Amino acid sequence: MKEINLPINDETIRSLQVGEPVLLTGVMLTGRDAAHKWMIDTFIRKTRAPQGDDLQTYEELKKLLNGALIYHCGPVVSGLDTKAYKFVAAGPTTSIREEPYQAEVMKHFNLKGVIGKGGMGPKTLQGCQETPAVYFHAIGGAASYIAQSVKKVLGVYKLEFGVPEALWVIDVKDFPVVVTMDSHGNSQHKAINENSQTVLNDLLAQPY
Amino acid sequence: MQPDLTEKILELIRRTATNLPADVEQRLRASLENEAPGSAARGALETVLKNVELARAESTPICQDTGTPIFYVHYPEGWSTRKLKEQIRAALAEATQRSYMRPNAVDAVYDKNSGNNLGGEDFPSVHFDEVEGETLTIELMLKGGGCENVGAQYSLPDSRLGAGRDLAGVRKVVLDAVQRAQGQGCAPGILGVAIGGDRGSSYYGSKEVLFDKLGTRNADPQLAALEERLTSEANTLGIGPMGFGGNTTVIDTKIKGMHRLPASFFVSVSYMCWAYRRRKMTVSGETVTYD
Repeated sequence: MKEINLPINDETIRSLQVGEPVLLTGVMLTGRDAAHKWMIDTFIRKTRAPQGDDLQTYEELKKLLNGALIYHCGPVVSGLDTKAYKFVAAGPTTSIREEPYQAEVMKHFNLKGVIGKGGMGPKTLQGCQETPAVYFHAIGGAASYIAQSVKKVLGVYKLEFGVPEALWVIDVKDFPVVVTMDSHGNSQHKAINENSQTVLNDLLAQPY
Repeated sequence: MQPDLTEKILELIRRTATNLPADVEQRLRASLENEAPGSAARGALETVLKNVELARAESTPICQDTGTPIFYVHYPEGWSTRKLKEQIRAALAEATQRSYMRPNAVDAVYDKNSGNNLGGEDFPSVHFDEVEGETLTIELMLKGGGCENVGAQYSLPDSRLGAGRDLAGVRKVVLDAVQRAQGQGCAPGILGVAIGGDRGSSYYGSKEVLFDKLGTRNADPQLAALEERLTSEANTLGIGPMGFGGNTTVIDTKIKGMHRLPASFFVSVSYMCWAYRRRKMTVSGETVTYD
Protein backbone atom coordinates (compact mmCIF):
# COMPACT_ATOMS: atom_id res chain seq x y z
CA MET A 1 0.00 0.00 0.00
CA LYS A 2 1.24 3.50 -0.79
CA GLU A 3 2.57 5.38 2.23
CA ILE A 4 2.59 9.17 2.24
CA ASN A 5 4.24 11.53 4.70
CA LEU A 6 2.87 15.00 5.39
CA PRO A 7 3.40 17.69 4.19
CA ILE A 8 2.76 16.48 0.63
CA ASN A 9 4.20 17.98 -2.58
CA ASP A 10 2.28 18.56 -5.80
CA GLU A 11 4.07 15.79 -7.65
CA THR A 12 2.86 13.19 -5.15
CA ILE A 13 -0.69 14.56 -5.32
CA ARG A 14 -0.68 14.38 -9.13
CA SER A 15 0.45 10.74 -8.93
CA LEU A 16 -2.62 9.69 -6.93
CA GLN A 17 -5.54 8.07 -8.74
CA VAL A 18 -9.11 7.28 -7.71
CA GLY A 19 -9.37 3.90 -5.97
CA GLU A 20 -5.86 3.95 -4.51
CA PRO A 21 -5.55 2.98 -0.81
CA VAL A 22 -3.03 5.10 1.13
CA LEU A 23 -1.53 5.22 4.62
CA LEU A 24 -0.95 8.78 5.85
CA THR A 25 1.67 9.81 8.41
CA GLY A 26 2.39 13.27 9.83
CA VAL A 27 0.71 16.38 11.19
CA MET A 28 -2.81 17.39 10.13
CA LEU A 29 -5.70 19.43 11.53
CA THR A 30 -9.30 18.53 12.15
CA GLY A 31 -11.82 21.06 10.87
CA ARG A 32 -15.49 20.82 10.05
CA ASP A 33 -18.58 23.02 9.78
CA ALA A 34 -17.79 25.85 12.23
CA ALA A 35 -14.12 25.97 11.23
CA HIS A 36 -14.83 26.20 7.49
CA LYS A 37 -17.46 28.89 7.91
CA TRP A 38 -15.16 30.85 10.23
CA MET A 39 -12.18 30.64 7.83
CA ILE A 40 -14.29 31.69 4.86
CA ASP A 41 -16.09 34.55 6.62
CA THR A 42 -13.07 35.94 8.47
CA PHE A 43 -10.06 35.43 6.20
CA ILE A 44 -11.18 34.54 2.68
CA ARG A 45 -14.38 36.39 1.80
CA LYS A 46 -13.88 38.76 4.76
CA THR A 47 -17.54 39.32 5.51
CA ARG A 48 -16.83 39.23 9.25
CA ALA A 49 -14.23 41.26 11.14
CA PRO A 50 -11.54 39.26 12.98
CA GLN A 51 -12.19 39.01 16.71
CA GLY A 52 -10.22 37.92 19.76
CA ASP A 53 -7.26 35.75 18.79
CA ASP A 54 -8.46 35.29 15.18
CA LEU A 55 -5.51 37.02 13.49
CA GLN A 56 -2.85 35.29 15.54
CA THR A 57 -4.57 31.93 14.93
CA TYR A 58 -4.67 32.72 11.22
CA GLU A 59 -0.91 33.23 11.06
CA GLU A 60 -0.32 29.89 12.75
CA LEU A 61 -2.87 28.09 10.59
CA LYS A 62 -1.22 29.37 7.39
CA LYS A 63 1.98 27.59 8.40
CA LEU A 64 0.30 24.42 9.64
CA LEU A 65 -2.01 24.00 6.64
CA ASN A 66 0.54 24.69 3.89
CA GLY A 67 0.98 21.35 2.09
CA ALA A 68 -1.06 19.59 4.77
CA LEU A 69 -4.56 18.15 5.12
CA ILE A 70 -7.79 18.99 6.92
CA TYR A 71 -9.60 16.04 8.44
CA HIS A 72 -13.40 16.40 8.60
CA CYS A 73 -13.79 15.00 12.09
CA GLY A 74 -15.45 15.85 15.38
CA PRO A 75 -13.58 13.64 17.82
CA VAL A 76 -14.33 12.33 21.29
CA VAL A 77 -11.44 13.70 23.36
CA SER A 78 -10.45 12.73 26.90
CA GLY A 79 -8.30 14.81 29.26
CA LEU A 80 -10.26 18.02 28.76
CA ASP A 81 -9.89 19.00 32.44
CA THR A 82 -6.12 18.49 32.58
CA LYS A 83 -5.35 19.42 28.93
CA ALA A 84 -3.67 16.00 28.58
CA TYR A 85 -5.75 15.55 25.42
CA LYS A 86 -6.20 12.14 23.88
CA PHE A 87 -8.38 11.10 20.92
CA VAL A 88 -10.73 8.34 22.10
CA ALA A 89 -12.89 8.08 18.98
CA ALA A 90 -12.20 9.90 15.74
CA GLY A 91 -13.95 8.74 12.58
CA PRO A 92 -14.75 11.06 9.67
CA THR A 93 -17.86 13.22 9.45
CA THR A 94 -19.91 13.76 6.25
CA SER A 95 -17.89 16.05 3.98
CA ILE A 96 -20.56 17.35 1.61
CA ARG A 97 -21.56 20.06 4.09
CA GLU A 98 -18.26 21.80 3.35
CA GLU A 99 -18.96 21.84 -0.40
CA PRO A 100 -19.73 25.59 -0.44
CA TYR A 101 -16.36 26.36 1.21
CA GLN A 102 -13.84 23.63 0.50
CA ALA A 103 -12.34 24.66 -2.83
CA GLU A 104 -11.66 28.21 -1.60
CA VAL A 105 -10.12 26.94 1.64
CA MET A 106 -7.90 24.52 -0.31
CA LYS A 107 -6.58 27.24 -2.59
CA HIS A 108 -6.20 29.88 0.11
CA PHE A 109 -4.11 27.71 2.43
CA ASN A 110 -2.47 25.51 -0.25
CA LEU A 111 -4.07 22.44 1.28
CA LYS A 112 -3.12 19.21 -0.46
CA GLY A 113 -6.41 17.59 0.35
CA VAL A 114 -9.10 16.74 2.82
CA ILE A 115 -10.10 13.54 4.58
CA GLY A 116 -13.73 12.78 5.20
CA LYS A 117 -16.56 10.50 4.21
CA GLY A 118 -19.26 10.45 1.58
CA GLY A 119 -17.30 12.45 -0.98
CA MET A 120 -17.83 15.98 -2.26
CA GLY A 121 -19.28 17.75 -5.28
CA PRO A 122 -18.23 19.49 -8.50
CA LYS A 123 -16.85 22.67 -6.88
CA THR A 124 -14.44 20.69 -4.73
CA LEU A 125 -13.53 18.40 -7.63
CA GLN A 126 -12.54 21.45 -9.64
CA GLY A 127 -10.64 22.81 -6.63
CA CYS A 128 -8.74 19.50 -6.51
CA GLN A 129 -7.64 19.99 -10.12
CA GLU A 130 -6.61 23.60 -9.67
CA THR A 131 -4.85 23.50 -6.27
CA PRO A 132 -3.89 20.53 -6.80
CA ALA A 133 -5.36 18.39 -4.06
CA VAL A 134 -7.22 15.12 -3.51
CA TYR A 135 -10.11 13.80 -1.47
CA PHE A 136 -9.21 10.95 0.86
CA HIS A 137 -12.08 8.78 2.10
CA ALA A 138 -11.81 7.29 5.60
CA ILE A 139 -14.15 4.58 6.90
CA GLY A 140 -17.21 6.23 8.43
CA GLY A 141 -17.98 5.12 11.95
CA ALA A 142 -14.66 3.33 12.44
CA ALA A 143 -13.91 5.75 15.23
CA SER A 144 -12.09 3.62 17.80
CA TYR A 145 -10.00 2.03 15.05
CA ILE A 146 -8.95 5.35 13.49
CA ALA A 147 -8.25 6.89 16.92
CA GLN A 148 -5.44 4.36 17.22
CA SER A 149 -3.69 6.06 14.29
CA VAL A 150 -3.66 9.34 16.21
CA LYS A 151 -0.41 9.14 18.14
CA LYS A 152 -0.48 12.56 19.73
CA VAL A 153 -2.62 15.66 20.09
CA LEU A 154 -0.23 18.58 19.55
CA GLY A 155 -2.66 21.39 20.28
CA VAL A 156 -6.07 22.88 19.68
CA TYR A 157 -7.45 26.10 18.21
CA LYS A 158 -10.90 27.56 18.68
CA LEU A 159 -11.95 25.21 21.45
CA GLU A 160 -14.77 27.70 22.06
CA PHE A 161 -16.46 26.17 18.99
CA GLY A 162 -16.95 23.08 21.18
CA VAL A 163 -14.96 19.82 21.24
CA PRO A 164 -16.35 18.41 17.95
CA GLU A 165 -15.94 21.69 16.02
CA ALA A 166 -12.53 22.83 17.30
CA LEU A 167 -9.40 22.63 15.12
CA TRP A 168 -7.27 19.90 16.68
CA VAL A 169 -3.64 19.57 15.60
CA ILE A 170 -2.81 15.88 15.52
CA ASP A 171 0.15 13.69 14.71
CA VAL A 172 -0.99 10.52 12.94
CA LYS A 173 0.75 7.35 11.86
CA ASP A 174 -0.50 5.02 9.12
CA PHE A 175 -3.96 6.56 8.93
CA PRO A 176 -5.83 4.34 6.41
CA VAL A 177 -7.71 6.12 3.59
CA VAL A 178 -8.75 5.61 -0.02
CA VAL A 179 -8.47 8.26 -2.78
CA THR A 180 -12.01 8.75 -4.10
CA MET A 181 -11.52 12.11 -5.87
CA ASP A 182 -8.20 12.83 -7.58
CA SER A 183 -6.54 15.92 -9.04
CA HIS A 184 -7.35 14.85 -12.62
CA GLY A 185 -11.10 15.41 -12.44
CA ASN A 186 -12.08 11.86 -11.51
CA SER A 187 -14.61 11.18 -8.77
CA GLN A 188 -15.73 7.75 -7.68
CA HIS A 189 -18.74 9.37 -6.01
CA LYS A 190 -19.92 10.97 -9.23
CA ALA A 191 -19.63 7.65 -11.08
CA ILE A 192 -21.52 5.65 -8.44
CA ASN A 193 -24.20 8.31 -8.13
CA GLU A 194 -24.82 8.29 -11.89
CA ASN A 195 -24.90 4.48 -12.11
CA SER A 196 -27.30 4.18 -9.19
CA GLN A 197 -29.57 6.80 -10.78
CA THR A 198 -29.80 4.66 -13.91
CA VAL A 199 -30.70 1.58 -11.85
CA LEU A 200 -33.26 3.61 -9.89
CA ASN A 201 -34.93 4.83 -13.08
CA ASP A 202 -35.34 1.21 -14.18
CA LEU A 203 -36.77 0.23 -10.79
CA LEU A 204 -39.25 3.12 -10.85
CA ALA A 205 -40.47 2.03 -14.27
CA GLN A 206 -41.27 -1.48 -13.04
CA PRO A 207 -44.88 -2.33 -12.06
CA TYR A 208 -45.61 -3.00 -8.38
CA MET B 1 -40.13 4.26 46.95
CA GLN B 2 -38.56 3.97 43.53
CA PRO B 3 -34.82 3.25 43.36
CA ASP B 4 -32.21 5.69 42.03
CA LEU B 5 -31.27 4.23 38.63
CA THR B 6 -28.58 6.76 37.66
CA GLU B 7 -25.69 4.25 37.81
CA LYS B 8 -27.72 1.63 35.94
CA ILE B 9 -28.64 4.09 33.21
CA LEU B 10 -24.97 5.12 32.93
CA GLU B 11 -24.19 1.45 32.23
CA LEU B 12 -26.98 1.37 29.61
CA ILE B 13 -25.38 4.37 27.89
CA ARG B 14 -21.89 2.83 28.04
CA ARG B 15 -23.13 -0.41 26.52
CA THR B 16 -25.09 1.35 23.81
CA ALA B 17 -22.23 3.64 22.76
CA THR B 18 -19.47 1.02 22.84
CA ASN B 19 -21.00 -2.39 22.17
CA LEU B 20 -22.82 -2.98 18.88
CA PRO B 21 -25.83 -5.33 19.28
CA ALA B 22 -25.17 -8.94 18.23
CA ASP B 23 -27.88 -9.03 15.55
CA VAL B 24 -26.30 -6.04 13.77
CA GLU B 25 -22.76 -7.38 13.98
CA GLN B 26 -23.94 -10.74 12.66
CA ARG B 27 -25.55 -9.10 9.62
CA LEU B 28 -22.44 -7.07 8.88
CA ARG B 29 -20.29 -10.19 9.14
CA ALA B 30 -22.63 -12.10 6.83
CA SER B 31 -22.43 -9.23 4.32
CA LEU B 32 -18.70 -9.82 3.84
CA GLU B 33 -19.55 -12.81 1.66
CA ASN B 34 -21.49 -10.60 -0.73
CA GLU B 35 -18.50 -8.41 -1.54
CA ALA B 36 -15.57 -9.45 -3.71
CA PRO B 37 -12.29 -10.24 -1.91
CA GLY B 38 -9.91 -7.30 -2.23
CA SER B 39 -12.68 -4.83 -3.15
CA ALA B 40 -12.99 -1.45 -1.41
CA ALA B 41 -16.46 -2.52 -0.24
CA ARG B 42 -15.09 -5.62 1.44
CA GLY B 43 -12.22 -3.62 2.94
CA ALA B 44 -14.70 -1.12 4.39
CA LEU B 45 -16.74 -3.90 6.03
CA GLU B 46 -13.59 -5.52 7.41
CA THR B 47 -12.50 -2.22 8.97
CA VAL B 48 -15.99 -1.70 10.39
CA LEU B 49 -15.87 -5.14 12.05
CA LYS B 50 -12.38 -4.56 13.48
CA ASN B 51 -13.64 -1.29 14.88
CA VAL B 52 -16.66 -2.98 16.48
CA GLU B 53 -14.40 -5.48 18.25
CA LEU B 54 -11.97 -2.80 19.37
CA ALA B 55 -14.69 -0.50 20.73
CA ARG B 56 -16.17 -3.39 22.72
CA ALA B 57 -12.79 -4.44 24.14
CA GLU B 58 -11.68 -0.91 25.04
CA SER B 59 -15.08 0.47 26.09
CA THR B 60 -14.66 3.35 23.64
CA PRO B 61 -17.36 4.78 21.36
CA ILE B 62 -18.04 2.75 18.20
CA CYS B 63 -18.52 6.04 16.36
CA GLN B 64 -17.29 9.47 17.48
CA ASP B 65 -20.72 10.83 16.64
CA THR B 66 -22.52 9.41 19.65
CA GLY B 67 -25.65 10.85 18.17
CA THR B 68 -28.93 12.09 19.51
CA PRO B 69 -29.70 10.07 22.63
CA ILE B 70 -33.29 8.87 22.22
CA PHE B 71 -34.78 7.25 25.33
CA TYR B 72 -38.10 5.41 25.51
CA VAL B 73 -39.14 4.66 29.08
CA HIS B 74 -41.94 2.15 29.67
CA TYR B 75 -42.83 2.52 33.36
CA PRO B 76 -45.31 0.82 35.66
CA GLU B 77 -48.00 2.80 37.43
CA GLY B 78 -46.72 4.86 40.35
CA TRP B 79 -43.24 5.72 39.11
CA SER B 80 -42.22 9.37 39.03
CA THR B 81 -41.31 10.30 35.47
CA ARG B 82 -39.80 13.55 36.77
CA LYS B 83 -37.27 11.61 38.86
CA LEU B 84 -36.55 9.18 36.02
CA LYS B 85 -35.84 12.08 33.71
CA GLU B 86 -33.49 13.68 36.25
CA GLN B 87 -31.64 10.37 36.57
CA ILE B 88 -31.35 9.97 32.80
CA ARG B 89 -29.92 13.47 32.51
CA ALA B 90 -27.44 12.92 35.35
CA ALA B 91 -26.30 9.63 33.80
CA LEU B 92 -25.84 11.27 30.41
CA ALA B 93 -23.70 14.09 31.83
CA GLU B 94 -21.53 11.52 33.64
CA ALA B 95 -21.24 9.37 30.48
CA THR B 96 -19.99 12.48 28.64
CA GLN B 97 -17.45 13.17 31.40
CA ARG B 98 -16.19 9.58 31.01
CA SER B 99 -15.86 9.93 27.20
CA TYR B 100 -18.50 7.31 26.41
CA MET B 101 -20.36 10.15 24.77
CA ARG B 102 -19.20 13.18 22.80
CA PRO B 103 -20.65 16.51 23.94
CA ASN B 104 -23.30 16.78 21.24
CA ALA B 105 -25.91 19.34 22.34
CA VAL B 106 -25.39 22.60 20.44
CA ASP B 107 -27.66 25.60 20.98
CA ALA B 108 -28.85 26.24 17.43
CA VAL B 109 -29.42 29.96 17.97
CA TYR B 110 -26.27 30.88 19.89
CA ASP B 111 -24.06 28.13 18.41
CA LYS B 112 -22.86 27.05 21.83
CA ASN B 113 -22.09 23.46 22.79
CA SER B 114 -23.36 22.80 26.32
CA GLY B 115 -20.41 20.46 26.92
CA ASN B 116 -22.39 17.79 28.78
CA ASN B 117 -25.02 16.57 26.30
CA LEU B 118 -27.80 18.39 28.12
CA GLY B 119 -29.80 20.98 26.24
CA GLY B 120 -33.16 22.36 27.25
CA GLU B 121 -36.09 20.01 27.74
CA ASP B 122 -35.51 18.70 24.20
CA PHE B 123 -32.03 17.20 24.61
CA PRO B 124 -31.79 14.29 25.27
CA SER B 125 -35.03 13.11 23.73
CA VAL B 126 -37.01 11.22 26.41
CA HIS B 127 -40.38 9.57 25.82
CA PHE B 128 -42.52 8.09 28.60
CA ASP B 129 -45.19 5.48 28.26
CA GLU B 130 -47.05 3.91 31.21
CA VAL B 131 -47.39 0.14 30.99
CA GLU B 132 -49.23 -2.60 32.88
CA GLY B 133 -47.35 -4.81 35.32
CA GLU B 134 -44.36 -4.20 37.59
CA THR B 135 -41.47 -4.17 35.08
CA LEU B 136 -39.75 -0.98 33.97
CA THR B 137 -37.84 -0.95 30.69
CA ILE B 138 -35.65 1.79 29.26
CA GLU B 139 -34.68 1.64 25.61
CA LEU B 140 -31.92 3.82 24.23
CA MET B 141 -31.01 4.54 20.64
CA LEU B 142 -28.00 6.64 19.61
CA LYS B 143 -28.52 7.98 16.13
CA GLY B 144 -25.66 9.87 14.49
CA GLY B 145 -26.06 13.10 12.55
CA GLY B 146 -24.68 11.83 9.24
CA CYS B 147 -27.46 9.29 8.83
CA GLU B 148 -30.07 11.62 10.35
CA ASN B 149 -29.24 14.18 7.68
CA VAL B 150 -30.08 11.76 4.85
CA GLY B 151 -33.49 10.88 6.30
CA ALA B 152 -36.35 12.09 4.13
CA GLN B 153 -40.05 12.79 4.24
CA TYR B 154 -42.25 12.63 1.15
CA SER B 155 -45.73 13.98 0.67
CA LEU B 156 -47.67 11.77 -1.73
CA PRO B 157 -48.55 12.06 -4.53
CA ASP B 158 -45.04 12.92 -5.72
CA SER B 159 -45.13 13.82 -9.40
CA ARG B 160 -41.33 13.83 -9.86
CA LEU B 161 -41.22 10.12 -8.98
CA GLY B 162 -44.68 9.22 -10.26
CA ALA B 163 -45.53 8.04 -6.74
CA GLY B 164 -49.25 7.81 -5.87
CA ARG B 165 -51.00 7.23 -2.57
CA ASP B 166 -50.51 3.49 -2.33
CA LEU B 167 -47.79 0.96 -1.50
CA ALA B 168 -46.46 1.21 -5.05
CA GLY B 169 -45.87 4.91 -4.37
CA VAL B 170 -44.29 4.14 -1.00
CA ARG B 171 -41.85 1.78 -2.70
CA LYS B 172 -40.80 4.46 -5.18
CA VAL B 173 -40.08 7.17 -2.63
CA VAL B 174 -38.15 4.87 -0.30
CA LEU B 175 -35.89 3.71 -3.15
CA ASP B 176 -35.41 7.35 -4.11
CA ALA B 177 -34.35 8.17 -0.53
CA VAL B 178 -31.74 5.39 -0.61
CA GLN B 179 -30.37 6.57 -3.95
CA ARG B 180 -30.12 10.16 -2.75
CA ALA B 181 -28.40 9.10 0.46
CA GLN B 182 -25.57 7.43 -1.49
CA GLY B 183 -22.85 6.58 1.07
CA GLN B 184 -23.43 9.74 3.13
CA GLY B 185 -25.41 7.98 5.85
CA CYS B 186 -22.63 5.43 6.46
CA ALA B 187 -23.97 2.57 4.39
CA PRO B 188 -24.83 -0.23 4.76
CA GLY B 189 -27.90 1.27 6.38
CA ILE B 190 -31.11 0.08 7.99
CA LEU B 191 -34.34 1.75 6.87
CA GLY B 192 -37.12 2.75 9.26
CA VAL B 193 -40.20 3.69 7.24
CA ALA B 194 -43.45 5.17 8.51
CA ILE B 195 -46.48 5.36 6.25
CA GLY B 196 -49.00 7.97 7.41
CA GLY B 197 -49.11 10.19 10.49
CA ASP B 198 -48.53 13.93 10.56
CA ARG B 199 -45.07 15.28 9.79
CA GLY B 200 -43.98 14.91 13.43
CA SER B 201 -45.57 11.59 14.38
CA SER B 202 -44.50 10.10 11.05
CA TYR B 203 -40.83 10.78 11.74
CA TYR B 204 -41.18 9.42 15.29
CA GLY B 205 -42.83 6.30 13.89
CA SER B 206 -39.97 5.78 11.45
CA LYS B 207 -37.51 5.78 14.38
CA GLU B 208 -39.56 3.72 16.83
CA VAL B 209 -39.72 0.84 14.37
CA LEU B 210 -35.91 0.69 14.49
CA PHE B 211 -35.98 -0.59 18.08
CA ASP B 212 -37.08 -4.02 16.79
CA LYS B 213 -34.56 -6.78 16.11
CA LEU B 214 -33.23 -7.18 12.60
CA GLY B 215 -35.11 -9.72 10.55
CA THR B 216 -38.42 -9.41 12.42
CA ARG B 217 -41.07 -8.76 9.80
CA ASN B 218 -44.22 -6.68 9.97
CA ALA B 219 -47.27 -8.76 10.99
CA ASP B 220 -49.12 -7.48 7.93
CA PRO B 221 -48.08 -9.78 5.04
CA GLN B 222 -48.16 -7.04 2.40
CA LEU B 223 -45.91 -4.79 4.51
CA ALA B 224 -43.63 -7.72 5.33
CA ALA B 225 -43.28 -8.40 1.61
CA LEU B 226 -42.56 -4.74 0.90
CA GLU B 227 -39.87 -4.70 3.63
CA GLU B 228 -38.07 -7.58 1.97
CA ARG B 229 -38.53 -6.21 -1.51
CA LEU B 230 -37.14 -2.80 -0.57
CA THR B 231 -34.02 -4.31 1.00
CA SER B 232 -33.31 -6.48 -2.00
CA GLU B 233 -34.05 -3.76 -4.58
CA ALA B 234 -31.95 -1.18 -2.68
CA ASN B 235 -29.05 -3.61 -2.92
CA THR B 236 -29.20 -3.52 -6.73
CA LEU B 237 -28.38 0.22 -6.72
CA GLY B 238 -24.65 -0.52 -6.49
CA ILE B 239 -23.94 2.07 -3.79
CA GLY B 240 -22.35 -0.38 -1.36
CA PRO B 241 -20.56 0.05 1.97
CA MET B 242 -19.47 3.71 2.44
CA GLY B 243 -20.70 4.38 -1.10
CA PHE B 244 -17.62 2.58 -2.46
CA GLY B 245 -19.79 0.50 -4.80
CA GLY B 246 -20.90 -3.07 -4.05
CA ASN B 247 -23.86 -5.20 -3.15
CA THR B 248 -24.45 -4.25 0.47
CA THR B 249 -26.30 -0.94 0.62
CA VAL B 250 -29.17 -1.77 3.00
CA ILE B 251 -29.18 -4.64 5.50
CA ASP B 252 -32.81 -4.46 6.57
CA THR B 253 -36.02 -2.46 6.20
CA LYS B 254 -38.75 -1.96 8.79
CA ILE B 255 -42.12 -0.45 8.05
CA LYS B 256 -44.74 0.98 10.36
CA GLY B 257 -48.26 1.62 9.11
CA MET B 258 -49.98 4.61 10.77
CA HIS B 259 -53.12 6.66 10.41
CA ARG B 260 -53.23 9.85 8.39
CA LEU B 261 -55.56 12.73 7.67
CA PRO B 262 -57.61 12.43 4.48
CA ALA B 263 -55.61 15.37 3.07
CA SER B 264 -52.12 14.07 3.97
CA PHE B 265 -50.09 11.05 2.95
CA PHE B 266 -46.59 11.24 4.41
CA VAL B 267 -43.91 8.64 3.99
CA SER B 268 -40.99 9.15 6.37
CA VAL B 269 -37.67 7.39 6.02
CA SER B 270 -35.22 7.28 8.89
CA TYR B 271 -31.89 6.03 7.65
CA MET B 272 -29.86 4.29 10.35
CA CYS B 273 -26.13 3.92 9.77
CA TRP B 274 -24.35 0.58 10.15
CA ALA B 275 -23.42 1.72 13.69
CA TYR B 276 -26.95 0.84 14.72
CA ARG B 277 -26.69 1.48 18.44
CA ARG B 278 -29.71 0.47 20.46
CA ARG B 279 -29.95 -1.28 23.81
CA LYS B 280 -32.55 -2.03 26.44
CA MET B 281 -32.45 -2.34 30.23
CA THR B 282 -35.12 -4.07 32.27
CA VAL B 283 -35.78 -3.35 35.94
CA SER B 284 -37.76 -6.00 37.74
CA GLY B 285 -37.77 -5.59 41.53
CA GLU B 286 -34.12 -5.44 42.59
CA THR B 287 -32.86 -7.00 39.37
CA VAL B 288 -31.53 -4.98 36.45
CA THR B 289 -30.72 -6.78 33.20
CA TYR B 290 -29.42 -5.53 29.86
CA ASP B 291 -29.85 -6.90 26.37
